[in-house]
Amino acid sequence: MAQFMSLAAAVEDNIRDGDAIAMEGFTHLIPHAAGHEVIRQRRKRLSLIRMTPDLIYDQLIGMGCAEQAVFSWCGNPGVGSLHRMRDAIENGWPNPLAYVEHSHSAMANAYEAGAAGLPFAVFRGYIGADLPKVNPTIKSVTCPYTGETLATVPAIRPDVAVIHALRADRAGNVLLEGIVGVQKQAVLAAKRSIATVEEIVDDFGPRNLNAVILPSWTVSAIVCVPGGAHPSYAQGYYKRDNAYYKKWDAISRDRDGFLAWMKTNVLEKGPETFAAERARLAGH
Amino acid sequence: MTETHTSTEMMTIAASRALRNTDVCFVGIGAPSAACNLARLTHAPDITLIYESGTLATKPSILPLSIGDGELCDTALTTVSVPEMFRYWLQGGRITVGFLGGAQIDRFANLNTTVVGDYAKPKTRLPGGGGAPEIATSCGEIFIIMKQSKRGFVEKIDFFTSLGHGEGGDHRARLGVKTKGPTKLITDLCVFEPDAATREMTVVSIHPGVTRQQIDENTGWKVRYANKVTETPAPTAGELEALRAIHARTKVAHGDQV
Repeated sequence: MAQFMSLAAAVEDNIRDGDAIAMEGFTHLIPHAAGHEVIRQRRKRLSLIRMTPDLIYDQLIGMGCAEQAVFSWCGNPGVGSLHRMRDAIENGWPNPLAYVEHSHSAMANAYEAGAAGLPFAVFRGYIGADLPKVNPTIKSVTCPYTGETLATVPAIRPDVAVIHALRADRAGNVLLEGIVGVQKQAVLAAKRSIATVEEIVDDFGPRNLNAVILPSWTVSAIVCVPGGAHPSYAQGYYKRDNAYYKKWDAISRDRDGFLAWMKTNVLEKGPETFAAERARLAGH
Repeated sequence: MTETHTSTEMMTIAASRALRNTDVCFVGIGAPSAACNLARLTHAPDITLIYESGTLATKPSILPLSIGDGELCDTALTTVSVPEMFRYWLQGGRITVGFLGGAQIDRFANLNTTVVGDYAKPKTRLPGGGGAPEIATSCGEIFIIMKQSKRGFVEKIDFFTSLGHGEGGDHRARLGVKTKGPTKLITDLCVFEPDAATREMTVVSIHPGVTRQQIDENTGWKVRYANKVTETPAPTAGELEALRAIHARTKVAHGDQV
């Protein structure tokens, strides 16, 4: 059963040095507040799994929390590079970063396979592409019915999945709507999971009958962090802070500037700062 | 033509014209997104635009900065999960046109968005493939938008992120791919289409005011021209107005004025 707890306690209890963690959210509902808490607790040697590492992993990598990244697209959407991740790959700063690279199709399929309890995912992909030459986990099978060669990738089975959702009810069920990405798959594929939420309600009340709901017995810890996805967004609560994504390009470009920013805005702050961002963006 | 236009506007408008009202289009961020939405706001009002975040038949009034901005979900007919998007809609063969771009392209429209230099020790680490490896083979056909330069249009790409026409000829078919691959490459200078036999990208139309010399000087291979090369019709006042209006709305919405 999901336990309601503070963000610090949820990270303390569920994320250990050396864990494989998937902090998912496809542009929408990226669990940034939880990422900051992992940085504050100085977790090390993490294997960071995410389709789009985005700012959340740029920060974790730049702060030396990761030894490996598993990803399918490592840019700042619509802006350019993730400079900290690039610096780790190109120059080994602050430490060398191993990486396992896939396509989006492969990762989406691999999460589904993980949730489905299968050892691997099968799909029609990577044809004529070079990734299979540099990622030895990409293999193939021959379809037993048609003879077609199909790509396979191992299922993703993280130690911990971390997501940000819209609401939890008092019973600990977690609801998300809008661009739902791969979060349901990531949580069901993982051994443990943390869900930060915008609010906790007595009852979900009238709702879309097909909303994505993770029952309380599939989630380890629930934390109420209003604004916890910022600068990503929460549908119906606040918009994506596109200006912030653009600003990140300059903040992250230089090592010292990045470290100074992280000290002021992450290490010396707590999850409560996210509520102010939500309030600022809610009116827009 | 009384209006003046930039070469980027010409590129976006030429790309938008290639889209049909009946297309189901997998849209990428940047120039593809501008071209697809321009098509929807001008000659192709019923076009179905799909972004890989799961938004089906979306009608944004501004251009999203990312493939998953809330505007896309708010204006979509429906939004599906990311696994469903890639499995049912892309792999399932429901998309008629996919748009791609890249850092490097070769004469057979193979694309590199992964690394410059060696993969293990890259000189420049680029974002990578994202959806591109499967978009390139699962969509009915592919349109590519890229600004032309010697740095980007190269004899040999450093990494095959996504398959174009491979080594040319029937290479796609030999790999078991049934879709057409890149049928148009739209640049800021001209439009290329694949040669019927060799599949090498060949210039079929040159934008107004652009010379063959300019095209040659901005391409890293010896450019082939079709027997009959036409001039790309200049942007109409309506096209320019619609494109500039969507960019202006986008700028305000993304907080660029702050």
